[in-house]
Amino acid sequence: MATKKPLPVDLTDEQIDEFGREMESIYDDIMKSRGESDRQYILGIIRTQRSMALIGRLFMYAGLFFLPAWSHALAGWTATLLIMGLGTFMLGTAKILENMEIAHNVLHAQWDWMKDPDIQSNTWEWDTMSPSDRWMHSHNVVHHTWTNVLEKDLDVGYGIMRVTPLQEWHPKYLPQPVYFILLMLFFEEGVALHEQALVDVVEGRKKASELKPLASRIGRKIWGQVRKDYIMWPGLAALVAVPVSFFVPASPLLVFGLVAGANFIANIMRNIWAFMIIFCGHFPEGVYNFTPDQVEGESRGQWYLRQLLGSANITGGSLFHVLSGNLSHQIEHHLFPDMCSNRYPEASQRVRAVAARYGLPYNRASLWRQFGTTWLKNLRLAFPGGRPQPEVARA
Amino acid sequence: MVTPAQPSPDSETTWRQKLSDVLDMFAFPLRTSHYVELVNPLWSTHQMQAQVVDVWDETKDARTITLRPGVNWRLNRPGQHVRIGIPIEGRHYTRTYTISSPPERNDDCFTITVKIIDGGRVSKHIVRNIKVGDYLPIGLPQGDFYLPDASPIQPLFITAGSGITPAMSMLRSLVAQERLPDTVHIHYAPHEFDVIFSKELRQLAADKAQYHLHEVHTQEFGEQKQTQGYFSQEQLDKLCPDWKERDCYACGPPGLLAALEGVWEQAGLSRRLHIERFLADFAEIPKDAVGGKVRFAQSNLDVDADSETNLLRIAEDAGMNPPHGCRMGICHTCNTKLLSGCVRDLRTGEVLNESGAIVQTCVCAAAGDCELDL
Repeated sequence: MATKKPLPVDLTDEQIDEFGREMESIYDDIMKSRGESDRQYILGIIRTQRSMALIGRLFMYAGLFFLPAWSHALAGWTATLLIMGLGTFMLGTAKILENMEIAHNVLHAQWDWMKDPDIQSNTWEWDTMSPSDRWMHSHNVVHHTWTNVLEKDLDVGYGIMRVTPLQEWHPKYLPQPVYFILLMLFFEEGVALHEQALVDVVEGRKKASELKPLASRIGRKIWGQVRKDYIMWPGLAALVAVPVSFFVPASPLLVFGLVAGANFIANIMRNIWAFMIIFCGHFPEGVYNFTPDQVEGESRGQWYLRQLLGSANITGGSLFHVLSGNLSHQIEHHLFPDMCSNRYPEASQRVRAVAARYGLPYNRASLWRQFGTTWLKNLRLAFPGGRPQPEVARA
Repeated sequence: MVTPAQPSPDSETTWRQKLSDVLDMFAFPLRTSHYVELVNPLWSTHQMQAQVVDVWDETKDARTITLRPGVNWRLNRPGQHVRIGIPIEGRHYTRTYTISSPPERNDDCFTITVKIIDGGRVSKHIVRNIKVGDYLPIGLPQGDFYLPDASPIQPLFITAGSGITPAMSMLRSLVAQERLPDTVHIHYAPHEFDVIFSKELRQLAADKAQYHLHEVHTQEFGEQKQTQGYFSQEQLDKLCPDWKERDCYACGPPGLLAALEGVWEQAGLSRRLHIERFLADFAEIPKDAVGGKVRFAQSNLDVDADSETNLLRIAEDAGMNPPHGCRMGICHTCNTKLLSGCVRDLRTGEVLNESGAIVQTCVCAAAGDCELDL
């Protein structure tokens, strides 16, 4: 054990253990105080999100009554696009809320304590292409246990990007700024395909035929999502448009395309937002990565320390925190993954103070700084070299 | 609390099922019902709800709650009970209560009558805090404690305290159907103002010659403990001399029911005694919680466990391979259901003993015997 590379801090093992105990007492205090107001919070968010999704979709339909083909006074492309745009924005926001503040956190078992049979981590299914139980494995088990550890945490670069100088450079990383943009636009699809099994097939450790059961499971979920957004909702509009088109010269195909397009934009909007928030969690400047030998035989205190050094927070107002699923409190989320998200702000207050007392960095900055440095790092690390984090992390 | 699907072969149902399948495609991965619920919770079909429409204090510590159930409700048989979900301080509890109203009610509502149990958090919450307008998740009426439909029996009801509720539903139903047979009813309560449904029972006794009510009051006013009138065979012989010819329907505290069972068994008439128990689902918390026998229900395995080793480890040592992840209580991959018994969360020392509770096997140990859904 003596030869192993320590964590990048100048604290003794005893000090690290004490740090761990302080983290645990924060956790215990907050977990004990959970109650009716927390339940009202998540029920309210779920009600808001579902209403917003439904109203957004109805707005898209309402927009169709303002197509220029109608002869009433308000008809015109401006009105149509304005109303459909509003609907799209609402649906996109609803999808963001569902994925970030509701599903991500429910799937972390943050709300299991309520024992509400409708809000349980093992039965919740979310509005994205990845089946929730597959994601729970790759995320809760692999990513949260092995946060930022090379070769263990699949989220370190997602197998296609070099996000830390600790990863050896390879020419395959040259186009990574392009991957960055593509993954941003198609994050939902990327998450659905984010599986160790796929990597194993690509690298020849597994036969493609072994993927079949997994692929059909993911395939069914993707089909359900595609059917909803690109067949059912646009299809219903087009179906209604067929008889209407005898009186109003608007093509049902145009109607279908408009609704499908609006749903597509709402999905992309959610993709970009989710990508930005999630990439700000572990890739901005100042975040540490670890090698497997650093975490061998890790104590509980060291585990907490690694979560703190390996995550970054984003500052913002309370609406911003809700829309980010409180992943703007990524540090607290990693320290206490099953604490209900609405309590992260108060945990954050205390964790920051502890970090300051121990002289540890607490990575916290605006969205633009965090996302900006993530992007710059991505560009820089496409090429060989790169500046490693300091040997000793200090506040 | 998922309502079991009703398998029905007729074509109308399958047609409706198909329509709802298509509608659900618009709501994937949720169901249309999740959005319908936003407009009116009573219209939800994925989770039946009931709205509290009235509350009425029967005694100083018992209250009748009138509930309007949502769509898909099935009328109860008198004497049956219903599962009700109650959120208290953010946590969801499920309890079973007897329906005290008859199915003949004509306003589509039903009632439960709840008495505060000493130290009972849920019963106290229902009696004191549930408000008109609240929505509660409910199940369908269940249970086999009800009168036979056709056979002309002469019932003897023996009830105590809130054990009156199933008998009340039966009596009300018989009266509504105008087929009340010759009935004897022995009811135990602390004193005359502590009799649930007292006015209605006494009115019934005055109106119907075939209904014989015997109230046994076990306390003087102001006393805290039962002092008189325990059930005994002498008392029974006196109040109902022909009890051996009757079918007895009894509901009350465990002590009373045990005494009844003794008397009827001695008379060789056990099959004429029908009993409804209130305290069946809860596990006892052992005083000096050590380990115990762990039963893995799906694997059909019984293993001895101490109070320190986590249940995941116990399962693995027994040759099983249950789902698990981090082994430190953060990922919840190992969550499973507690079917019965008692486990302790090693992190908080909290004891879980409610059947149906979610157990993280990697951080929980046995606290006495327990059964897991693994």
